[in-house]
Amino acid sequence: MTQLIDKPPAKELPSDQLIELLRKMMLIRRFETKAAEMYTKQKIAGFLHLYNGEEAVAVGAISAVNDDDHLLTHYRDHGHALARGVEPERIMAELFGKDTGVSRGRGGSMHLFDVEKSFMGGYAIVAGHLPLACGIALANQRLKNNRIVLCIFGDGAVNEGEFHEALNLAVVWKLPIIFMCENNFYGMGTDIRRVSAVIEVYKRAAAYAMPSKQVDGMNVLEMYDETLKAAERVRAGEGPSFLEAICFRFRGHSMSDPEFYRRKEETQRWRELDPIITFREKLTKDGIIDDDAFRSMEAEIEDVVNEAVRFADESPDPPPEALFTHVYKEDA
Amino acid sequence: MISEVVMPQMGADMEEGTIIKWLKNEGDEVERGEIIAEIETDKANVEIEAFDSGVFRKALHAEGDTIDVGTIIAIIAAPDDDISSYENGAAKKATAPAEASKEEVPADLKKQDHATASTTAAPAAEPVPQTLAPAARQDGRVRASPVARKLAQDNNVDLATLAGTGPDGRIVKRDVEAALTGGVKSPAAPTAAPGTTTTVSMSKMRQTIARRMAQSKREAPHYYITVDIDMTEAESLRRQLNEAVEEYPRVSVNDMIVRACALALQRHPMFNSWFIDEQVQQHADINVCIAIALEDGLIAPAILDAANKNLGEIADASRSLGQRAKSGSLKANEYTAGTFTVSNLGMFDVETLVAIIQPPQTAILGVGAVREVPVAIDGNIGTADLMKAALSGDHRVTDGAQGAQFLNEIRRLLESPAALLV
Amino acid sequence: MAEMSFRDALRLTLREELLADEKVILMGEDIGAYGGSYSVTKGLLEEFGEERIMDTPISESVVVGCGIGAAMGGLRPMVELMTINFSLLAFDQIVNNAAKLSYMSAGQISVPMVIRMASGAGSQLSSQHSHSLEGWYAHIPGIKVAVPYTPRDARGLLKTAFDEQNPVIFIEHTALYARKGEVPDEDYAIPFGQAEVIREGTDVTLIGYSGSVYQALGAADILAESGHQAEVINLRTLRPLDVETIIASVSKTHRAVAVEDDWKFGGFAGEIAAIIMEEAFDELDGPVARVCGADVPIPYAKALEQAALPSPQQIADAALALF
Repeated sequence: MTQLIDKPPAKELPSDQLIELLRKMMLIRRFETKAAEMYTKQKIAGFLHLYNGEEAVAVGAISAVNDDDHLLTHYRDHGHALARGVEPERIMAELFGKDTGVSRGRGGSMHLFDVEKSFMGGYAIVAGHLPLACGIALANQRLKNNRIVLCIFGDGAVNEGEFHEALNLAVVWKLPIIFMCENNFYGMGTDIRRVSAVIEVYKRAAAYAMPSKQVDGMNVLEMYDETLKAAERVRAGEGPSFLEAICFRFRGHSMSDPEFYRRKEETQRWRELDPIITFREKLTKDGIIDDDAFRSMEAEIEDVVNEAVRFADESPDPPPEALFTHVYKEDA
Repeated sequence: MISEVVMPQMGADMEEGTIIKWLKNEGDEVERGEIIAEIETDKANVEIEAFDSGVFRKALHAEGDTIDVGTIIAIIAAPDDDISSYENGAAKKATAPAEASKEEVPADLKKQDHATASTTAAPAAEPVPQTLAPAARQDGRVRASPVARKLAQDNNVDLATLAGTGPDGRIVKRDVEAALTGGVKSPAAPTAAPGTTTTVSMSKMRQTIARRMAQSKREAPHYYITVDIDMTEAESLRRQLNEAVEEYPRVSVNDMIVRACALALQRHPMFNSWFIDEQVQQHADINVCIAIALEDGLIAPAILDAANKNLGEIADASRSLGQRAKSGSLKANEYTAGTFTVSNLGMFDVETLVAIIQPPQTAILGVGAVREVPVAIDGNIGTADLMKAALSGDHRVTDGAQGAQFLNEIRRLLESPAALLV
Repeated sequence: MAEMSFRDALRLTLREELLADEKVILMGEDIGAYGGSYSVTKGLLEEFGEERIMDTPISESVVVGCGIGAAMGGLRPMVELMTINFSLLAFDQIVNNAAKLSYMSAGQISVPMVIRMASGAGSQLSSQHSHSLEGWYAHIPGIKVAVPYTPRDARGLLKTAFDEQNPVIFIEHTALYARKGEVPDEDYAIPFGQAEVIREGTDVTLIGYSGSVYQALGAADILAESGHQAEVINLRTLRPLDVETIIASVSKTHRAVAVEDDWKFGGFAGEIAAIIMEEAFDELDGPVARVCGADVPIPYAKALEQAALPSPQQIADAALALF
């Protein structure tokens, strides 16, 4: 029923798995930048929220849990879907609103779903998916399937009532969930310091007697290690855990964000901590990857993303007669 | 590889942007991700980044230009890539953005409704029956709208004897009204009008004319001025022209009137106007409509830019309009761009026509036949070839005195027709 | 055929579902140790234990959201909300998640769950415990809305609700819990979208659901005294709605009165009137009348509360005005 792949701590990860972490971060970065380009060229519409800068959070955390552990996230969701292994072309097709998209053009950028990969969706009501995470965890607990839930949300979610209701319930029922807050300091354009009584988000979990920790979200190995520890504890039936990943998004909230609310120097400082560059430097220094290998990986990713665009572009629109399909289960 | 830089969409509601500053000069090296320009949108100033590396080969628009989203504004390419197709301005729009399928959702899908039980599919609308059978059903119940019922009751009309012309054969208000005015013979209402009356169905064109002319008479207070115009000189000039010039079709009297009107309108621009939403729009272009009678009604397409056409060109345009009006191949602006109208009933040998203005225009000239009539010339009775012309003007826009001056100008031009040649 | 109360019919069905499928769990405020605020779940905790009958914190939003998640994760949850008034705290979960997930995910996710809630006034519980908001739920594509009137309905519709693959809002009028009626002994279910003609007549159709069917039946008695035979329809579900039964009845009587406790303006009675106009315009002898709750927050005082609710006499008067 459950795959129990041995997940060693970061310092014991073999070279190929370290390189895989880098590759996934690079894939996300390239995919997101391409999506931005496609948005400016009007291939993508609506809201487009990009994940550039936060790649280490998704890749580190999602690599540390099992592939069949349930994953729920917010509307900035492409990175999480890619880290989970959802095919880039099916994500790009969804952004293009095509019938071949993961949600067959119904959800768009904010609502990716791939249930076969236990990717339970991107949600656009802030904190609205935390209660769902509790429910899926409850089902896992009752069904004794050894699966846990990784529930990712932003710092904007922590002042919603559902955040507090969910944390409380999860502790009371000892639900197998990792709550992971991506704290990038801005809820859309509002600085967390302006709207939160307590800005160290991890401390809020303490109010519910939940183990919690702040993690460097720009460091993929630290994200991996801390998520691994949390997952072990949660899987052992000790109840939920809370991680606060400190990170920064390099781009605006969405494509139309002129970023009036933060200074360019702030973004520039964080760019110096770019999780891809720093991790590449580390792997180079450790002799795990050389420039040639890096460049050939870069070229391979370029092809993958270009192929995703080609696939999306050439895919058909959803047929008009599909409009009413799936409102109810029996419609299908 | 050639990379087209387009005016980017930077939000779902953005339609255009203005280039504030190019940050690269032609020939500069560009790295992917580098900022190459600043643009201004209606929300804020934003930076444009290069999505590919290469040489900034060409800026297709200048700083200060406002450009539609999706338009190519610059080219990044390798130094030896051929970008000549961009330089001559041939390709303006980027590779077409994904157009949503224009396919319409089938009508029966639009009606689909999850809220009602699947066992109770709504009865499909039946085609409107053309039958004139009484609307009464076997159970004696009559299909009639509430207002029709009330009208019938107030006027003692027995609904069971009426035929319904509404959806599903429903008796609607018009059916009861028709019964009351004898339109549909109703045995229960023997007071119907004597003789046989046929209700003639109106064509779309007839309906349009009915609506627009009623609107004009209702909304535009017309004033009318008539003059007699001596067409002797004009007839003489016309004959000479038609004998001497071969490259144009024959010039008609009407062509001369159109030419005269166009020239007069240049001097009296208030008559070359539209009245829309309580405002007068005076037009620079003079587009003179000519009324053309078709089988099912009248149509008045415009000779565009008539003031800049010579008599031969007007004759040409007029003939072309006549042919294309009959074949139904007029262009949209010929229907809609008219600024003044000439309606000529001369071929029916009538004295003149006092016409109704075609909204939103504000004046129309009606003319009758050129007739040899007795006139007093220097105290003696002689004859002249006179044509009676009637100007109808919209009093909201012009007054009678202005109308008189305008009409006199037309007369002057036709009576001294050499002026029509320059 | 056994006579039992509406409440007992519900409890009997819940117990059967718990016995039949171990994936069935019940969640709600005070449904365990307390036995349910309307005693519907009384005794179930003792029989099935805390893992199946789960008392929750007073956190409507996470409780409903947790139910949705449990359904996504493979359980068959039933969530009880004390009243429809409190369901508004969970409205986001119901509208934005339960109703939309199947569609947004193109059918990858389904949410087979039942959300039960009490509705209706009459017990002097004042403005925040007494409303009937069925029309709001009926408005939403993606969920189904059951509104039982008889104990037989309660059992038959709840059975169907548990067989559903979609979220079901199951609304119980508080005035009905103690009312008794015949319930078949054999296993049965009442399909959604099948209204019941609960009283036949020829002269006017009175259309109600949940508690308002009772008032409509009272009106039918009054109308009979003046020689008018009213037909009374018990809708049973608002979404899907049995349009066929309504149209068939109106085609016979040519007059219709829609009745509900819910507010009139923008309400479900207006929807019924619109459907009749669209589907049976030529069958009508007069406008469709509506008799609904007064346009006020439900007040406490007995005299005021009663004045705010549709009465049999009001319904009868509205019907008589059509003759």
